[in-house]
Formats: sequence, C-alpha cells, structure tokens
Amino acid sequence: MKSPSIHTKPFGVHAVLIEWPNEVNETILNTILQFEAFLKSDCLPEADWEYVPAYNSMLVINKKSHIDYDDFSPKIHSWYREMGDKKLQQRYLWHLPVSYDLEFGIDLEEISGTLQMEVAKVIALHTSHTYTVYGIGFLPGFMYLGGLPKELEVPRKATPRLQVKKGAVGIAGKQTGVYPQESPGGWNIIGNCSFPIFDETKKEPCFVSVGDQIKFYEVSRAEYDLHKIEAEVGIYQPEKIKIDA
Amino acid sequence: MLKVLKSGFYTSIQDLGRFHYRNKGVPVAGAMDNLSVQKANSLLENDANAAVLEITMTGPTLLFEDASYIALAGAKMSATLNNEPIQNYKVYTVTEGDILSYGKLEKGFRGYLAIKGGFTPKAVLGSVSQYRPITKENRLKDGDRIPFGSITDFNPILSELKVDSFLDDTVLRVHKAPEFDMLTDSQLEVIFTKEFTVAKENNRMAYQLNEVIASHEVSMLTSATLPGTVQLTPAGKLIVLMWDGQTTGGYPRILQLSDRAIAILSQKREGAKISFKLV
Repeated sequence: MKSPSIHTKPFGVHAVLIEWPNEVNETILNTILQFEAFLKSDCLPEADWEYVPAYNSMLVINKKSHIDYDDFSPKIHSWYREMGDKKLQQRYLWHLPVSYDLEFGIDLEEISGTLQMEVAKVIALHTSHTYTVYGIGFLPGFMYLGGLPKELEVPRKATPRLQVKKGAVGIAGKQTGVYPQESPGGWNIIGNCSFPIFDETKKEPCFVSVGDQIKFYEVSRAEYDLHKIEAEVGIYQPEKIKIDA
Repeated sequence: MLKVLKSGFYTSIQDLGRFHYRNKGVPVAGAMDNLSVQKANSLLENDANAAVLEITMTGPTLLFEDASYIALAGAKMSATLNNEPIQNYKVYTVTEGDILSYGKLEKGFRGYLAIKGGFTPKAVLGSVSQYRPITKENRLKDGDRIPFGSITDFNPILSELKVDSFLDDTVLRVHKAPEFDMLTDSQLEVIFTKEFTVAKENNRMAYQLNEVIASHEVSMLTSATLPGTVQLTPAGKLIVLMWDGQTTGGYPRILQLSDRAIAILSQKREGAKISFKLV
C-alpha cells in the first residue's frame, strides 16, 4: 500500500516537524508510528534523538546538536520512501477499571439531563467503545483519546474547575480521557479510574503509548477500593491485549 | 548538606532537564537560563549537567553544613557570604556554618548557585529538576536540606570568569516555527517592528506578552511544542512556552526562540520590554 504523503517544516535548530494529511484516522497514526520505529532502528539510532508523535504529526528532536534543515529534510523524505513494511512497535488494548459512582461522577446527573439519557445509558455508552490514543501531552500521562460516541458529545464546562481529582474520567466535545494528576480542568467528570495512568517511580512511568487503545469497564465502589490498594502494593495490573498491526 | 533557612520567593533545584519522556507528556524542566548555569559549572569544573539552585527574584537564606566551593551566576542579587558581599562568576570557599543570603535584586530575574560536584538529590526519570508531580515539590521549602559532596581540596584553574552579560539584552532572535506561514503581512509587521511587554503571567511554564496582534481562526490538531515555542492564541495573544511548558499544544506555533533568546527571556520580569528578530 502506498504511504500517505508527508511534508517537513523547520522548528528551530533542534527539531524538525513531519506532517501527514490533516485528518484524524488510524491509518495515518499507524504510518507515523511505523516511521518512528524505522527512524529509531535504522536511521537515527543515537540516544540524543527524541520523537513526539500526535494525531497527524511527529516532532523529531535532537537535544544536543543543531539540525541543518536543508540537509535533513531530503533525508527524511528518502527514509520515508525506504521504510517499506517496517513493523511498528507492539500496540496494546488496555482495559481500565472505572468507578462511575456518583461520588466520583460528579457531572453524571447533569449530563444525563443535558443529553436526556439515563445515567446507566451514559455509562453503558462510555464503556462500550474502544478509544485510540492519538497523543499524550498537556500533563504527564494525559491521553488524547479519539472515538467518543456522538451521542455522548457535551460541551466543556463553562467554568473550569480549579481542582479535578487524580484519576478523574472526563468527557468534553469529541474527547474523553483520564486526568493523570490532580489539576485544573474543564471536562465533565463522569467517574474515576482506579489504576494510575502515570507513575513517576517506575522506569517506564506511563504504560500507555501513542497508538494504543483504551476500553473502560465499570467496577463497583468496593472493587474500586480494592484495586486502589492492590495497585499501591503493585499486585494489580490492568488487562492488556496485543493489537495486531 | 545545604539547609534552607528561608526559601525566598521561588527557589528550586535544577539541572539541564529531563529528556526522553516528552512522548509521555513530561516537560523537560531544567534551569531556565542554562547559559549562565553552564558558565558557573565550568568555573567549578563540574559536569555540564551538575545540579544548581535556581533563585527567583527574592533570594533564600542558606546554611552550609559541609565544606565545598561555590559560584553564583545569572541575575545580580546582592548576595553575601557571612555578610560579606560576593560576586557572580567567582569561586568562593565555603565551610561548615557559613551562611549565604541574598539582598536586593539589582538586575535580571533568576540567579544560580552552583556548587563543586553539583547538588545530589535523588534523580527521578533521569533528572533532579524539580517539577511536580514528577518530583514531590515544585520548589524548596523552609527547612529543606539538599545533599552535596563535601570537598576541601579543589584548586580551580580559573578562579573568576569575565562574563559577557546578556541581562540588558532585549532582542530575542527567533526561528520560524511550523505555523509561521499562517501569519499575514500585517501580523508580521507588528511582530517584527513593535516592542512587547512581559505580562504578569510569567513563570517557569510560560511567559505571556501583554500586546496582542490581529486575531485569527486557524484551527489545528494538537501537535508537539518545545521550550521557546511562541504560540498564537485565537485572540491574538503571544505565549512563549518555557522549560516547564507542556509538550503538546493546540495553538499555532509561529516562532521558535534561539537557545540564547530563551536564556535572555528567563531573566525578564513583568513589565520588561522585548522585541523579536528573525534569524
């Protein structure tokens, strides 16, 4: 299959941006991740290079040396042509436990009113879909998830909260996600995920990578409390399933 | 150990930053004016990444509990060692019981305290730079104690550096960033001919500028940002991301500050005037 076309843009002396067609879809995302894997293994293996993929772009950064854009840009294009059917890094579908208890889902009843939909139906819709991680940013471990069902689209809150709880699961517009830390936030909060998305004490602090998928499932308040304790002592791990490329 | 008797306005431990976790949303952090830090560390013959204290606006009072050698850098902050005035970019010996304190901020905004061998708190994800929630705290509190290795036999090759200070510089040299081409001729004219003023909203994450340019309706998908990226909001406001800044953003990225320009801006406070010059 022919890969979608790319173009490059200079971004200061330490980075070059590679852009794909301006669309949100998994074919493009997978091509980006495939190219990232190829650059890392075959073209720019040195430790000074960093890659930040998101949606339809990937930033290639060299923290130490200056990049000569006029020399580097043609190389990127020729590497992209040479990539062939390079395999991307193994991707996973993660099953994440969420308590939609009203103590956590502080906006559930309001959303139920706005959408004219039973709370149980909101939860059923939110847990029935599989979401793709199109980017990680804004906060350490904050996933930009695509794929929220149309029926669940509600505007952001008119006034953002100064403090949203760690683990809060929110929806806003076409997006859903989990607040990895306590932070200010304008999304409608519908539950809380008992497993930490980001743990700075681990060598790999964020188990999720761009390109992975997320499916939420409902747990009772009691299960939530149990998971919390199990996760703290390290015996609880979320279920993951390999995604075939 | 170095004991923090009074922490000052905003004092934090910083090295050159935390790399290779930006794809997980972790900002680089690290010293804001890393050019000044490099000079102090080279004077002490330290590794380039040796950790220093970054001291903002109003300095702390610090007690040395062990002997070592120090050098100050960056902003001029009327520092005294046991009540004797000391200069930037000069090696001083410190012994147990010595007290370093700071007076009036004379010039610049961020001073640095470098120590022989660097400060040695536990690194998290490859860096000791304080950034919450990667580290427990964003900055030092009264009573904190910061480890460093005791040294008494250092003979510096140079005991003093003549430094070409950029504290008075106001021109920020910039490169084109990915959405530069969206700028209209009139927006370009304003950006490259007018002066801008540092807003009240300025910190380690970002510096906002008071003046606005023409608004726009360009929408884009979230994409990566860098320290030194100038974002343009739909309302026409310019936001310069700094070292604690987020790793992705949804506002058009119009300019990218040079490494030196990031250091120059790091020494500016609310009300300071700056201008942009395209490299």
